[in-house]
Parts: sequence; C-alpha cells; structure tokens
Amino acid sequence: MRVMGSETEYGIHAPSAPGANATMMSARIIQAYATVTRQRAAGGAETRWDYTDEEPLHDARGWTLDRSAADPSQLTDQPPVLDAEAVALAYGRQELELDGADESGSLLMNMVLGNGARLYVDHAHPEYSSPEVTNPRDAVAWDAAGDLVALATVRKVAADTSLPPINLYKNNTDNKSVSYGSHENYLMPRSVPFGDIIRGLTPFFVSRQVVCGAGRVGLGQDSSTPGYQISQRADFFEAEVGLETTIRRPIINTRDEPHATADKYRRLHVIIGDANLSQASNYLKFGTTAMVLSLIEAGQAPKIEVHEPVQALQAISHDTTLTATVRLLDGRRVTALDIQWMYYEAAAKLAQETGVADSVTGDGHTHEVLAHWESTLTTLGSDISAAASSVEWVAKRSLLEGYRNRDGLEWDDARLGLVDLQWSDIRPEKGLYYRLLSRDRMMRIVDDGDIARAVTEPPSDTRAYFRGRCVSRFGKDVVGASWDSVIFDVPGLGKLQRVPTREPLRGTRALTGALFDRHQDAGSFLADLMGQNPPPARS
Amino acid sequence: MAAQEQQQPQSRETETEVDVPEAPPAAPGAQASDATQGVDDLLDEIDGVLESNAEEFVRAFVQKGGQ
Repeated sequence: MRVMGSETEYGIHAPSAPGANATMMSARIIQAYATVTRQRAAGGAETRWDYTDEEPLHDARGWTLDRSAADPSQLTDQPPVLDAEAVALAYGRQELELDGADESGSLLMNMVLGNGARLYVDHAHPEYSSPEVTNPRDAVAWDAAGDLVALATVRKVAADTSLPPINLYKNNTDNKSVSYGSHENYLMPRSVPFGDIIRGLTPFFVSRQVVCGAGRVGLGQDSSTPGYQISQRADFFEAEVGLETTIRRPIINTRDEPHATADKYRRLHVIIGDANLSQASNYLKFGTTAMVLSLIEAGQAPKIEVHEPVQALQAISHDTTLTATVRLLDGRRVTALDIQWMYYEAAAKLAQETGVADSVTGDGHTHEVLAHWESTLTTLGSDISAAASSVEWVAKRSLLEGYRNRDGLEWDDARLGLVDLQWSDIRPEKGLYYRLLSRDRMMRIVDDGDIARAVTEPPSDTRAYFRGRCVSRFGKDVVGASWDSVIFDVPGLGKLQRVPTREPLRGTRALTGALFDRHQDAGSFLADLMGQNPPPARS
Repeated sequence: MAAQEQQQPQSRETETEVDVPEAPPAAPGAQASDATQGVDDLLDEIDGVLESNAEEFVRAFVQKGGQ
C-alpha cells in the first residue's frame, strides 16, 4: 500500500524511586533489552545506531535551520551522552562501572533489533521505532511488537532486585503540562509539492482523532480543567506548520530527513497522533492516513480548509458528543465526522478508479481499510458507545463512566486519573487496556501469534528485512546500522564495509532471502553481496 | 457529565449506555442484565489491579519533555 512505520516514546516511571533520572532509567531499559537479546541470539547483542544520515534540521519547505538557532532537543543527529554527574546523582558513582557499560565504557543508548526496529533513548524516554512496513496491518503488528519489547525490558529490570523496578506507559502526557510523542512516517514521492500536503492533510489531521484518539482525563496542557477529551495530544499543539517536535508543536511537521534516496522520496513525519493500544484505532490511523496521502498525490483531496485549525483541533478533542462544529473557509460549519466522511468518500472514489480496493485484483488492504473506516464512522454517527470495542477513546471512556456511575466520581477524582494512566501500562496484568483485551472487549486486528513473531522477525517486504536479518544472523560482525545502512566489521577485511540501503523497497526477502540462506558467515555473505550488486562501500 | 456534553440532551442517553459492553449476542431479555453484570465484574477485577493510593501515584507520575 505504502511504506510506513511508527515511533513510540514510552512514559517511564519508577514508583519506588520518585525523581530518578529519566535518561538513566531509559538507558537501563535499553541495556535490559541488550541483555535479553544477548541471551536469545547467538550472534551477540543487537547492534548500534549509525548517525551519519540523520538530518533533523532539514525543513521540507526547502531550507535548513541553523544549528545555533535550534532547540537542543532538535539535535537528534548526535548520540546522546549520559552525563556522568546525572548518573551519579541517580544511582551512585559505582553504577557507572557496574551497570550497563559496554566494552568502550559508555552506556548503550541505541540498538538496532533483529526485527529491523530501533530501540533507543530519546531525550528522557525510551523509544521504539518500528521497522518499515508496507500496509496498516503490518504497522499494527510491528508497533504492538514494540510493546512486547518494552514488556521484556520491564520484566528484565524487575528481575534485578538491587535497583528500583521501572514501569512503561504507552501514553502521551503526564497531565502536568508535559507531552511526548507517538509519530508516524510515510514514504512519499519527492515530487508532491509540500503545499499540497499541508492543504490536503490539515483538515484530515484536525478530525481523524474521532477515530484514533486514545482519550484523556483532563482538559488543558496541565489538565487543570476537569473533564474528558478525545485526544491525548491535541492540547499540546500550538502551530499549523513547523520543524519543531518538542516545542510549539505543529499540526504538520516539516522535518525533511528522508532516510532514503533524497531526490526521489520524502518521509512524511507525522507528530500529531496519539499512541494507540487499540488495534482498530491504530489500524485506521495508519490505513486512512496512507489513503489520504494517495488522494493528495492524485490531486483529489477534498478541497476544504479549516478556519484556525489549531483551535478546531482542540474544540473537536474537547467534544465527546461529536456534535461540535468547526468553520470551513467557505463558510460551512461541519463536524469532525462530516470532515471524515468527505475524506472517506474521496478515498473510496479514488480507490474505485484505480482498482486498489478490488477484492481480487486490488492491493489486499485498501478494501479492508475502507470497510473499517466506513463502519466506524457510521457507528460513531449513530451510537458512540457502540464503538467501545474498537475506538480507543470510547473504550477508555466506557471504563471511566463505569467508575463514575458505580462510585459517583467527579472528573477530577484521582482514581479516574489513575484509570487513564494505568490504561496504558504495558504489563498485561496491570494495563487496563490489556484487561479489556483479555476479556475480548477490544477488537483484534492482528493475531497474538503474529505480534509475537514480529518481536524477532522483520517484515519480509521492505529493506527492514535486510537490516533485521543482518543483525540476527551476523550480529557480532555488524558494528552499526541505521534506516539506510548496515555497517560490517568482518575479521580479515581490514576496514569497515558500509552497505547502503537507500531504497526502502529493496533488501526484501524476495531479493535477499536466498543470499542469507547461502551463507553461514558474514565474510562470504558480504563477498557474495558485493559480487552480485557492488555497493559503494565506504570505510 | 462533562460540562461540554450538557448542551446535548440526546447525548445523555448515549452516555448512560456507555457502560454497556460489547457483549456477544444474547437473548434480548437477558442482554441488559448480563451487560450490567459484565461491567460489575470488570470493575471488580480492575479494582484489584489498580495501583493503591491513586492520588499519590498520579501525582508522582512526572515526565520530562519529549517529542
């Protein structure tokens, strides 16, 4: 359908060690997974990140932000350095040597996993960036696999009784004015004008929360107004378009780091979404957004413009009856569902024209996305509560209303805040989403077995296959990797071999599976790879 | 009921149905009481799972900024 992927920054908390350094705790999480995978894979711990192609200050509108003008949090192309003083303050100086130091003496802050994902410390949170996939079903599977990776780290940390256990939460705010992100990425042709993307996406992003919002107790960045709203993130958005992701967050983010052949592709970096545990919401988030990008590329996005989109985004989030209207520049007043239906109709029409939704000759995904989208909008338009098994904010609200009805709680009661927080605890015995899932109250889009496999297996149909298999098979000889490279240090070769992977749809199982099957060691694998298709290796 | 919901009288009906679970189809007469029972069971289970001292736990959940 389209190359896409997810990024999840987890909320991190050690209840028995309030005030513990968040970066240090995040590093413990990464280190825990390195320990887990070292036990699992014969090839050694999973591999380090290669920063050479990171370009966080490139703006899609055609310029580059000067480093001196950037907020320090925007400099994501530098490996984070864990300040020794911070570590010492948090855990005592001896921990510097005892906990998590690798051969070179620094803490492991970044890993590439055998499933093709990246696991790393981003600012003060552990982040899982999924491997590239080609459809929303796989996006759900490999995003949910990240939650199992996070679970494995929490278990590993808890097993060490000498240090405080750490909880991870798949949410987006602490309700005290801080937010952290859940991002989506979509591959697009570079030839699509960025102005078309801004115009085509803004009304869609303002309204899609009714389908994929995760729900939040409290209104306002600091949650100071009691109530319930549709989106975790809406109140943290302050601009329409911009490069920032940590301050003055924009509805349309212009970061232009293609991680691929730059003159052919752009990677659209979407920062407005909520982290989803509900598979149905997550599925629609990726599936409908991918279809809207196809509309934009075809010049067929609805020709509507929302007046003051930031205010509209928040007004929609604050109206759980779905009856609030926002003004379009043509004077009409429409609901979020009205806008979603406009996009649905346009997407269904385009799919009809191109044949991608045909149940036999289509792409195998568009038909299903359209069906889910239509039924969800229909349900939300007739009986919102009937969407509780699929739409995340409705599911969470249903649970909260159960408490309100039984115990007569007001929206500012701390127990409702706890239900909201604990909804996203990634431990199945504690996470309230998982309690509902275990009772089959939440719809599954992907089988549990497929999610479990996605923890270790890369997708077969993108370059993530090549990256993941290299790490799994030749981990001890892979010294670095990134979205668009794998770097080998093979004994006897004398210099590092960097294999570029700048085409997201190459490096697939179809193209490289036999190559992996033919070779038991990295040396002969590389020799064969270069003989077949010599990469411009750099040392 | 949240303040922003009060101007929508018909939504009150919707709201009172919020706790009706997505139960498998049942005989029409039995459905409502089964549903109520299901919610009660669910809340009982979650009572046992929720962290103790909600106020302190929620207050201590403080995050540093992210993307």
